[in-house]
Amino acid sequence: MKTFTFEDKQCAKAKPGQFLMLWIPSVDEIPLSIASAEKNGKVSVAVRKVGEATAALHRMKTGDTIGVRGPFGNSFTIKKGKVLIVGGGTGIAPLLFLAKKLPKTSKLTFIIGAKTKEELLYIDELEKLCKNEKLVAATEDGSHGTKCLATAPLKSLLEGEKFDLIYTCGPELMMLKVLDLAEKYDVALEASLERLMRCAIGLCGSCIIGKYRVCRDGPIFTKQQLREAKADFGAAKRDFDGRKISLG
Amino acid sequence: MTPNLYRAKHSFILYKVITFTPSDSRGLGLKNRLNINLAGLELGNPTMLASGILGYSAETFETIVEGGAGAIVTKSIGVKPRKGYANPTVVQTNCGLINAMGLPNPGIAEFVKEIREAKAVLKVPLIVSVYGYSVEEYASVAGKAVAVGADAVELNVSCPHVKETGSEIGQNPQVLAEVVRKVKSTVKKPVIVKLSPNVTSIADVAEAAVKAGADALTAVNTVKAMAIDSETALPILTNKFGGLSGPAVKPIALRCVYDTYDRVKVPIIGCGGITSWQDAAEFLLAGASAIQVGTAIATKGPSIFKNITRGLNAYLEKKGFESVNEIVGLSHRK
Repeated sequence: MKTFTFEDKQCAKAKPGQFLMLWIPSVDEIPLSIASAEKNGKVSVAVRKVGEATAALHRMKTGDTIGVRGPFGNSFTIKKGKVLIVGGGTGIAPLLFLAKKLPKTSKLTFIIGAKTKEELLYIDELEKLCKNEKLVAATEDGSHGTKCLATAPLKSLLEGEKFDLIYTCGPELMMLKVLDLAEKYDVALEASLERLMRCAIGLCGSCIIGKYRVCRDGPIFTKQQLREAKADFGAAKRDFDGRKISLG
Repeated sequence: MTPNLYRAKHSFILYKVITFTPSDSRGLGLKNRLNINLAGLELGNPTMLASGILGYSAETFETIVEGGAGAIVTKSIGVKPRKGYANPTVVQTNCGLINAMGLPNPGIAEFVKEIREAKAVLKVPLIVSVYGYSVEEYASVAGKAVAVGADAVELNVSCPHVKETGSEIGQNPQVLAEVVRKVKSTVKKPVIVKLSPNVTSIADVAEAAVKAGADALTAVNTVKAMAIDSETALPILTNKFGGLSGPAVKPIALRCVYDTYDRVKVPIIGCGGITSWQDAAEFLLAGASAIQVGTAIATKGPSIFKNITRGLNAYLEKKGFESVNEIVGLSHRK
């Protein structure tokens, strides 16, 4: 897992939840959630090495050139009040961006989950940010925090307290569980989805889920929208050729 | 029965009294002025979704129809699935888009499901765009699409960025004629041929398509183009070159429609850079009987279709025309 930082005036204006398309010259162009965007023009993205494109990106050094277009998509609603953030794997990156932008008056509880301690993104920054708030860490192998999935502490918290809004980003199967819990305990939800992308501006149809375009109508979707797309959410996505394939 | 429109003046106030016919569910004569019959297809208004835009699923088609489109043209479908090219597949310029998607599609065997699903709910004609690497492939895909309910087929003989299909077929009049003839002998629905602007004489190609039996023509597909990044000194698109669409191509497409109208008698569907009702009117005046919108959906959303039809209707009313058919080709001087 690496964080890449670069300067881009337009992406620096991004709001939490938005994404950009990153061009790795001669290799590929991939969608990446914006992890931070500052007034000084600096923008960062968190990238896990999962295939050719991300491997090529990981081989790059400071000073190398990449291409960027964006920011794209809608953004998380900034809510005052009692909010719960649930992040899994690389999904933690946009949620950290969100947490930094939430008003100081919001009561924040942050649940992060990953396979191992190494994959708990930005754990140090989060511990600093959440010093007065609750930060719950969970790892599948037990190397940090509780040995469980992020959704286990979520259920306990929802049982005990009333929350105004849950924000989530991470593996889709995790978010499906979060949706089920949000429905069960009747809490508003905003989830950040991802799909294969090409145009990123809502034209080509590569990223559709149900009738929604993740690049344009999303990537942030509400409980109601996810319900409408429930045939696909957590179940299927479109492959490069447009065929529906199972998510797992 | 047409709705009656009375205007009465009383001091400084203008009264408008309008009677509706029972069948006029949209009111204000919108349906009557704008409905057309194009090569046998009944459209409530002369706008269509262009091929390649959100064209994979019945659900997104519905969104486009809700936005007011009079017909849908699907993504181009072939015999076998294609993954298309790696990204970058789209370059945004200040005057349009350059795309080299590479005809990604699920193949007809899979797509028949979407056609069936769409036909069960769509209230407008569904036109399936077809491509192939041979005469037989075009006919095979067209045949399968029509068998499950496609109201017409549009032959993609004009995509500028995939080898051995698209414009490589369309730029060869003999092969094009063979393709059209074979498809015509295979299906009993209208066969529309989508022309490429990347030819020396579009009128010649149009004539060849019509002689071979095309029922209508779409003018035009994208203009062959490319983008280079000065920082890396590299072409940006993975395929190096692609097709330009959007406002930059409007004057080119308009001229193509005009020239084609001079040569052939079949209906022409104008396509290329249309973003407003004025653009649509210009294409109709140039000789198009209907128009398609694609790229503009990125900036104006699916409701662009409603905006165009509203604008066209007001234009027709203001100019004293009873039907949109009256302005087709009006810009041609005798």
